Amino acid sequence: MAASAIPHKRVHPVRSFLVGDEPMTTGLWGIIFFIFSEIMFFAGLIAAMLALHSDTLIWEPTNGAHRVEGDHVLPILFTVLLVSTSIPMQFAAFAIRKGNRKAMLINMAIVLVVGTAFIINQYFEWEHAGFGISDGPYAATFYTLTGFHGAHVIGGLVFIFAQWLRGLLGHFDAKRNTAIEAATLYWHFVGFVWLLVIFPLVFFLS
Amino acid sequence: MATLAGAQTSTYAGANAWRVILEWLTTVDHKKIGIMYLWTAGAFGLVGMAFSLVMRTELAQTGTIISAETYNSIFTMHGSVMIFLFLLPIGAAFMNYSMPLQIGALDMAFPRINALSFWIFLFGGVLITLSFAAEGGTASAGWTAYPPVTLDTGNNAEPPGAGMDMWLIGVILLGQASIFGSVNFLVTIFKMRAPGMTMWRLPLFTWTTLVTGLLILLSTPVLAAALVLGFIDRNGAGGAFFDPAAGGQPLLWQNLFWFYSHPAVYIMILPAMGIVSDVFGVFTRRPVFGYRSMVLALVGIGLLGFIVWAHHMFTTGGVFLPFFMGATFLIAVPTGVKMFNWITTMWRGSNIFPTAMLFSVGFLMLFLIGGITGVFHAAVPVDFALHDTYFVVGHFHYTMSIAATFGFLAGCYYWFPKMFGKFMNEGLGKLHFWLLFIGVNLVFFTQLLLGLDGMPRRINDYVANPGWELMNMLITIGAFVSAAGMMVFLYNVFYSLKWGERAGSDPWEGTTLEWATTSPPPPHNFDSLPEIRSERPLFDLRFGERLQDDPHYHVNNGHNGGGAKQSSASAREEG
Repeated sequence: MAASAIPHKRVHPVRSFLVGDEPMTTGLWGIIFFIFSEIMFFAGLIAAMLALHSDTLIWEPTNGAHRVEGDHVLPILFTVLLVSTSIPMQFAAFAIRKGNRKAMLINMAIVLVVGTAFIINQYFEWEHAGFGISDGPYAATFYTLTGFHGAHVIGGLVFIFAQWLRGLLGHFDAKRNTAIEAATLYWHFVGFVWLLVIFPLVFFLS
Repeated sequence: MATLAGAQTSTYAGANAWRVILEWLTTVDHKKIGIMYLWTAGAFGLVGMAFSLVMRTELAQTGTIISAETYNSIFTMHGSVMIFLFLLPIGAAFMNYSMPLQIGALDMAFPRINALSFWIFLFGGVLITLSFAAEGGTASAGWTAYPPVTLDTGNNAEPPGAGMDMWLIGVILLGQASIFGSVNFLVTIFKMRAPGMTMWRLPLFTWTTLVTGLLILLSTPVLAAALVLGFIDRNGAGGAFFDPAAGGQPLLWQNLFWFYSHPAVYIMILPAMGIVSDVFGVFTRRPVFGYRSMVLALVGIGLLGFIVWAHHMFTTGGVFLPFFMGATFLIAVPTGVKMFNWITTMWRGSNIFPTAMLFSVGFLMLFLIGGITGVFHAAVPVDFALHDTYFVVGHFHYTMSIAATFGFLAGCYYWFPKMFGKFMNEGLGKLHFWLLFIGVNLVFFTQLLLGLDGMPRRINDYVANPGWELMNMLITIGAFVSAAGMMVFLYNVFYSLKWGERAGSDPWEGTTLEWATTSPPPPHNFDSLPEIRSERPLFDLRFGERLQDDPHYHVNNGHNGGGAKQSSASAREEG
């Protein structure tokens, strides 16, 4: 072992982007594995939706409710809003990697506001859906999928809000920011799953 | 400080007892959590065994003692308790207790989540068990809970009541506990290994923990999806998911359910395989033959386990038969590799046969019969003939139930000295082994024959066909012999806890790291760790110097040739 290697930092661009260049903590590993299990949970639900849609005699809501064209505007607007909050969330992670807690808090506040608006809009979507959960496979799938996704959005918001409060108290710096990285990864997952949930739900009805 | 020291030396026994109880209730120590899993799962196992005895009493002769509804409830609870509350958590017990010790870790990666897992598991288990008090009784749709039997479709005479909902919620909770547990196992193995403990030096039990963790992580959420759909179907959706009359698909449940429940049989059997591998590695006084091929076979079983779920659904007509038949045949290959390796490990080994080794050899025999009958089923035409007969019951009890139980019992006898610092009684252990081995073979081999004779499963009475009465009586006798064996085991546990012979830190001359610490280990597990230069660090510690110059001695050292690293390591020590 004569030749001692020069310390060389191996940086993978994707890894560097997602979780920074610091060594991965146990917490970060934990959230990544947990997100994999969440993905499989939604995979189960989405597979159920695909199976029901492809092979059922009754699909449309049995009470005859139909969504009109204009009804797609708000869901699409809030889809864009929710998915694009991944950007400020990632900026929050970038900021705290540089030790900039103030920028992190501002970006997280944006995420919290838009995320809450999304949930409020979901409430009105449910109010105006025109069908109940017992009105056939489409209706049941609609409430189950949007419901479970909404619960995950709320969970993500609580997670982020708790870290935002910790940030106000002066927690987190360039070295110690696992919770922010974890919340960021979780928020990306919540946005990504929404795309998988909403598009079939919207297009399968028409 | 004073209070702590005072309480420990206090003569006021009551205060001490409360302190001990509080300590166990609030512990985050992986060893204590593992032992709590062991006791709880063991207790549930005895409950499940009691259910099986009720069923066997009913089936011993023609004529009915209990009603069909009660029988449905009992076989449902037997399956649910045995699978969700005994076999899965007892694997978690050993993975909790031994895996961090085997990799030289201080504790699990997330000790508090580990405790949370246990308490969620206990709550779910209690919820399922309490459903006996529910209106309409327990769930009675079998542990597979196929809809529309689980639903109130208007056609069933006695629609399932609150017990079914308690079952669904209970199993969701158990799944959640499993998922948290698996995240914990995986992160612990990836992040908490002692210096020198590379992946290719992990003990085989730790490897099985890793693969089991991945299976739990990726399959259990799908079961959770099925269960929440089932719950919503019963409470609001009106059968839109699973009731054909309302537009649902019963097969959808079966696909989602078996997507979990086939990997689940590997979740049950793999930890048992890991225990058996470690036991062979100690009591044959040889390294396990083909360490790498063992690991690869394990990974192969894990991967193939995900693409064979539909072989449970051959007779539904809703699955693509050739693919699932071929994939199911394939899974016999890595399993065969493991069988070959275990037998080859014993071949020309200096075998000794304490009870742990007896149970491991018993595991091989039972798993062989179970595995071969499994290959029978993989063939679609055979499966068509044997589906829903006692042949299936015999087959799956041989593999995932009783073979896995033998593996876990081997683990009990093997790690008992480590957990409690005392040996289990060998004489009672051997009596336990022979009673159980004879009993379960009487039960399950007769069930295979009975199934070939065409007796259907899940019925509480049968007509007096030639041979059926005799075979059913034999099965019942076998069940009671097995139960007697388990009573001997139970007595042995309490006897050994009180009067067992003291065991030192390394009573079996083990090879893996858990034997490098005291018995029972201190809360921080290790005061010091030996050098880890192979997958058998304690063997190296004991014999390394003597074997240094032996050209036949080869250390499995990762991808590079073992010898070079070994010598450079020792050179560094000398220099």
